[in-house]
Amino acid sequence: MSLLEIKNLHASVGGNAILKGVDLTVAAGEVHAIMGPNGSGKSTLAQVLAGRESYEVTEGSVTYDGHDLLDLDPEDRARAGVFLAFQYPVEIPGVSNVYFLRAALNAVRSQRGEDELDPIDFLAYVREKLKVVEMDESFLQRSVNEGFSGGEKKRNEIFQMAVLDPKLAILDETDSGLDIDALKIVAAGVNAMRDPKRSMIVVTHYQRLLEYIVPDRVHVLADGKIVRSGDKSLALELEKKGYAWLEEGVAR
Amino acid sequence: MTRSAAVRTDAPFAGLWDARPAPREPLWLSKLRRQARTTFEAEGLPAAGNEDWRQTSVQPLASIPFEPPPAVEAEAGILDGHPWPDVTAIRIALVDGRVAPALSRRDGLAPGVRVESLAEAITSSGAAIEPHLGRVASVKGHPFAALNTALFEDGVVVSVAAGAVAPPIHVLHQTSAHRRPVALLPRVLIVAEAGARVTVVESFASTGDQLALTSAVTEIVVGENAQVDHVKVQAESDAAWHVAAIAGRVARHGRLASHNVSWGAKLARNDIGAVLEGEGASCHLYGLYLVDGARHVDNHTWLDHAKAHCPSWEMYKGILAGASRAVFNGRIIVREGAQKTDAKQSNKNLILSDGGVVYTRPQLEIYANDVRCTHGATIGRLDEAALFYLRSRGLSARAARDLLIHAFADDVLAKIPHEGTRAAVGAALFARLARDLEG
Repeated sequence: MSLLEIKNLHASVGGNAILKGVDLTVAAGEVHAIMGPNGSGKSTLAQVLAGRESYEVTEGSVTYDGHDLLDLDPEDRARAGVFLAFQYPVEIPGVSNVYFLRAALNAVRSQRGEDELDPIDFLAYVREKLKVVEMDESFLQRSVNEGFSGGEKKRNEIFQMAVLDPKLAILDETDSGLDIDALKIVAAGVNAMRDPKRSMIVVTHYQRLLEYIVPDRVHVLADGKIVRSGDKSLALELEKKGYAWLEEGVAR
Repeated sequence: MTRSAAVRTDAPFAGLWDARPAPREPLWLSKLRRQARTTFEAEGLPAAGNEDWRQTSVQPLASIPFEPPPAVEAEAGILDGHPWPDVTAIRIALVDGRVAPALSRRDGLAPGVRVESLAEAITSSGAAIEPHLGRVASVKGHPFAALNTALFEDGVVVSVAAGAVAPPIHVLHQTSAHRRPVALLPRVLIVAEAGARVTVVESFASTGDQLALTSAVTEIVVGENAQVDHVKVQAESDAAWHVAAIAGRVARHGRLASHNVSWGAKLARNDIGAVLEGEGASCHLYGLYLVDGARHVDNHTWLDHAKAHCPSWEMYKGILAGASRAVFNGRIIVREGAQKTDAKQSNKNLILSDGGVVYTRPQLEIYANDVRCTHGATIGRLDEAALFYLRSRGLSARAARDLLIHAFADDVLAKIPHEGTRAAVGAALFARLARDLEG
């Protein structure tokens, strides 16, 4: 059964059309990769799915777990199990990671009909999750992303994902700015969370990440549309031939 | 008794000058009052052309027939409306500018620590007051300080003897409800002798919602190696006018920290600063203001680096909603010879509405050549990217907004030294903020 069904999705920002008819279906438990050249609309698609209000959806529909996703506020999407790992995680000075995460987790738990975790139970819970991304406990007391290195920010995103336990995780260029060691840690964290009940959309420019997070399906986004879909071998073909090969294909 | 009629009828605050009986006072005080009155009469209320009052108009005060509050016994329940009457063990309450002994708690003060009515102290130990009162806060160029000096009836003296450590002391100012506009002129003197330490929390609140003026003066004397933390919280009614001068003198290696939190009054003006008059003296000025509706807040700060090797830090933050206005002016004077001065100033403003206006200005006057002075000001809105980030993790739009505002304010709140006060001030501030934003 499909968890996510995107039909003919059009979106624009500041009057510029970015997405021009995206169709995509993701079944429960599947990992889909979305590749494409810069400016093709990959990050826009990720942000639209998470509910960024500066993007205007002009046409099409998105059905998630039986709901009209586009009708939900960002926080309601999060509470319903949608998680976006940001390409550029935002620094929030003065707000500690642990305070932020507890507020987020309790918001999500209350939606699921679960009790809020008290600070002690919460700490025990997040300590387990820190191990997923090999993060030190001192991370918890630091302000959200403030002064974090690029690698720390990305690990923090995956850590948040582990804490919030989403049904649909969208990873937006999680590999960008990572050295190979950090990439392996992040990928191992993501793989540890693969689950028949969790779907993932991995947005990336490079095939490199897909060596570590092996997708079930690969889609190529160009000029706001998915122009080709295939299995993991499509990523390898792209790596060899480059995106120009596809764009020519579109032009023809 | 003859009086010049010209001053009487048209002059601002005629009702205050007229009402004052001539109390039996020491000569030095009478002289101080006369000088202050001469200054007030010469300068008058700041007019539109006065540079220090450019964005803040107090002219409407001239036509309000203010009276001194009637001297009546304070009601027992009067402090119930105060935002946090019970944060410290030691408390001295002023109702309508006069000490209310029955509402004060001064048991168990350590030897060397005195907390008393200023009027009583002038009578009983004037010799200890004379060297300080009126010697710290200038009346020249400060007509409200002149008004207070000329006419104050009572106030509080906190004195801490050399080497003594005082417990936190709460000086609570309550304006009670009156049918006619009253003017309160409370006067506070804090003296920390060499090596002494004290935290004094002054809070201002009103019962009811009537028009009133508070014109307060606080003088702080920090001896060698002494440390004074002064916290001021202004939460007066929306109809109140609040004008205050807080002035300090800091001796060699003394430390003064001022925490100025303001969310009340129709119009609030603070002139806050210190002279660093001994080498190694330091001063922190922290401020946090919250304004909404058509309210107006003006903080004029000053730091006078008179001697070498003195550091100062200044951080003022503001939150504006509605069509409110905030003024910040940060004056730093570095005197000739005050080498190795290190002064840092910052003013940051968060505007939550389309109508808020901020005027911010650093004013540096530097007469020494080996100094470091930095300043910066920002005016911004809530970061849309940060709001989305928080909401994308499940926080409601309101929770996300509140979290960002708390984080903004926390830089200043976290510096308040007494934990109970810090918690109480934070809670009251955010309750007020919720009221402002939810209408």
